[in-house]
Amino acid sequence: MPEVTLVEAVNLALARAMEDDPDVVVLGEDVGINGGVFRATVGLQTRFGPERVLDTPLAELLISGLCVGMAAQGMKPVGEIQFMGFLYPCIDQLVNHASRFRNRTQGRLTCPMVLRTPHGAGIRAPEHHSESTEAMLAHIPGLRVVIPSSPERAYGLLLAAIRDPDPVVFLEPTRIYRAAKGEVEDNGEALPLDVAFVLREGRDVTLISWGAMLKETMAAADTLAADGIAAEVIDLATLKPYDEITVLGSIAKTGRCVIVHEATRTGGFGAEIAALIAERALTSLLAPVARVTGYDTVIPMARLEQHMMPSVDRIVTAARKACQFS
Amino acid sequence: MASKKLSGGGLPVIARFEVRHRNYLAPDGSINRPLPAFASDTNLLTALYRAMLLLRNFDRKAVALQRTGRLGTYAVSLGQEAVSVGVASAMREEDVLLPSYRDNGALIWRGVKLEEILLFWGGDERGNCFSGPVEDFPFCVPVGSQAPHAAGVAYAFKLRKQPRVAVCMFGDGATSKGDVYEAMNFAGVHKLPVVFVATNNQWAISVPLRLQTGCETLAQKAVAAGFIGEQVDGSDVVAMRAAAEDAIAAAREGRGPRFIEAVTYRLGDHTTSDDALRYRSADEVQARWKEEPIARLRNYLVSQKMWSKAEEEQLAAECHERVEAAVECYLATEPRRPETMFDHLYAELPETYAAQRRQLAGEGDA
Repeated sequence: MPEVTLVEAVNLALARAMEDDPDVVVLGEDVGINGGVFRATVGLQTRFGPERVLDTPLAELLISGLCVGMAAQGMKPVGEIQFMGFLYPCIDQLVNHASRFRNRTQGRLTCPMVLRTPHGAGIRAPEHHSESTEAMLAHIPGLRVVIPSSPERAYGLLLAAIRDPDPVVFLEPTRIYRAAKGEVEDNGEALPLDVAFVLREGRDVTLISWGAMLKETMAAADTLAADGIAAEVIDLATLKPYDEITVLGSIAKTGRCVIVHEATRTGGFGAEIAALIAERALTSLLAPVARVTGYDTVIPMARLEQHMMPSVDRIVTAARKACQFS
Repeated sequence: MASKKLSGGGLPVIARFEVRHRNYLAPDGSINRPLPAFASDTNLLTALYRAMLLLRNFDRKAVALQRTGRLGTYAVSLGQEAVSVGVASAMREEDVLLPSYRDNGALIWRGVKLEEILLFWGGDERGNCFSGPVEDFPFCVPVGSQAPHAAGVAYAFKLRKQPRVAVCMFGDGATSKGDVYEAMNFAGVHKLPVVFVATNNQWAISVPLRLQTGCETLAQKAVAAGFIGEQVDGSDVVAMRAAAEDAIAAAREGRGPRFIEAVTYRLGDHTTSDDALRYRSADEVQARWKEEPIARLRNYLVSQKMWSKAEEEQLAAECHERVEAAVECYLATEPRRPETMFDHLYAELPETYAAQRRQLAGEGDA
């Protein structure tokens, strides 16, 4: 099997989806001849033509609104927003239309669209290019929010997102677009949505994360293993709706939990998981649930951004503390 | 039109634009210019009249229901019946309507049942699962946000080479939103089969048109998007039907989008939650009553011997009966069971929300 980067896996999945289904349309700013600012759509326009790989005017609200209209006609639009910081004009369409279309028409009309956008900091980008506001999206009823953390999962989950009959926001971890490499078989097989992936089994502490932060989380698990602490690592992958069963099952086994996310702490998705554990697994807990997150600041520009993002050390420290709690 | 004010000294003019205004029937029902061919069809003209009168009767009843606590907030069409009826009458069934919340007349023309509209305003999503063309969009409440959908629908038509047209209706306030411009701009780029209809009823709740835009017309907003914008007397149903017919035909033939500014007047409050006397005078409204669309068409029909007093009386009785039957049906509709709020959340309900559904149904303690 060929080894590909995460962004190449995205490209493979898009091409496969377009090949399999003539209703799949890719649209966004610079997705055509330029192949997208991160090259996720490279080569698609040559292969599928400018009507199905559509360079839109510079208007994010429009991109999301067009997707709603096309999807209501039974097409499968896949919109690209260049950076998550530019996603906000789409929120009106996501909250007021895409996510509730099926519900408000009682199933008469549906909205099988996908909106893709890079997610997160760590690429020394300008302001507004480093956002990780997934919790805001995960709060929207009727939406699916998916974040892959490897090329294999980017390929399989994006195919699943495109085939899903409901709207999906697909957040692609910018920092590991090219850093993450893996073997991906372009066999058209989707991975399941709404399901967490256990990347590493362990009995002492559960580490839960998603997207690019799994890189640090896995590294922390390695360090902990050297100390004799067996960490179980869960890639949540779908944040809305999320896999409560896998989370609770792991806590029942380990009794300790550290949640790791790059997004700011207050109201972050880690709070949701901590609340779930408090409600449903309190008697399993041997230590308080810990969160290792971005700080409650604006995401700093390049010179300071690495200080905001959780480090391997911060994760290891939190996990050790949880394990030492008596 | 704006060029006369903005012309610069001595520089060459590289582009000039004009906005036309369309009107056939004067406020008293007399003719300003030769009518379009369809106006010789008595059945069609009387059908437009019947639809407008039904809508007015329906409106009156809906307001009464709201005042007596049997309906939620309702947006009346009073005074602007010619817009939605005229536009819808020019559409084919296979076209797709994307209405705003005040376009009841268009929905009714396209086959939506009165009781379904009451259900929507009565707070029941089943009202949006209406009869009528199955691909028509539900009422859009966030102003103008349906315009990009119309462009998306039209793009799908174009891609699939279907000779269909998307018709998007919104108010004057919506033309101030980026949504509408973004959609029109894209439609212009790709020459999409879409017609945008702005009902300029002079007021966006309490904000008058002069505070909404510095433009002389709303129709000229199409110029920036690269297609024709036309101003139409929105209280003249013949003009509305003719303009919509032209625009829809052009769109269907691949000649690209059109924009229609329907100039009319909202004689009623914005909704039943509004009191328009706070921001505009009774005198202003009274004066506008002289221009309203129903009397205008009736005067014409009567003058042409196309309509009689007996027919008027019969129609009044029919409207009353239809509206009362719809109200009865609406009031007799049992509420949905609470847990059904989950039933169309996703194609398949994820287990975590299925647990919440069971809790609401009293079947568990999720």
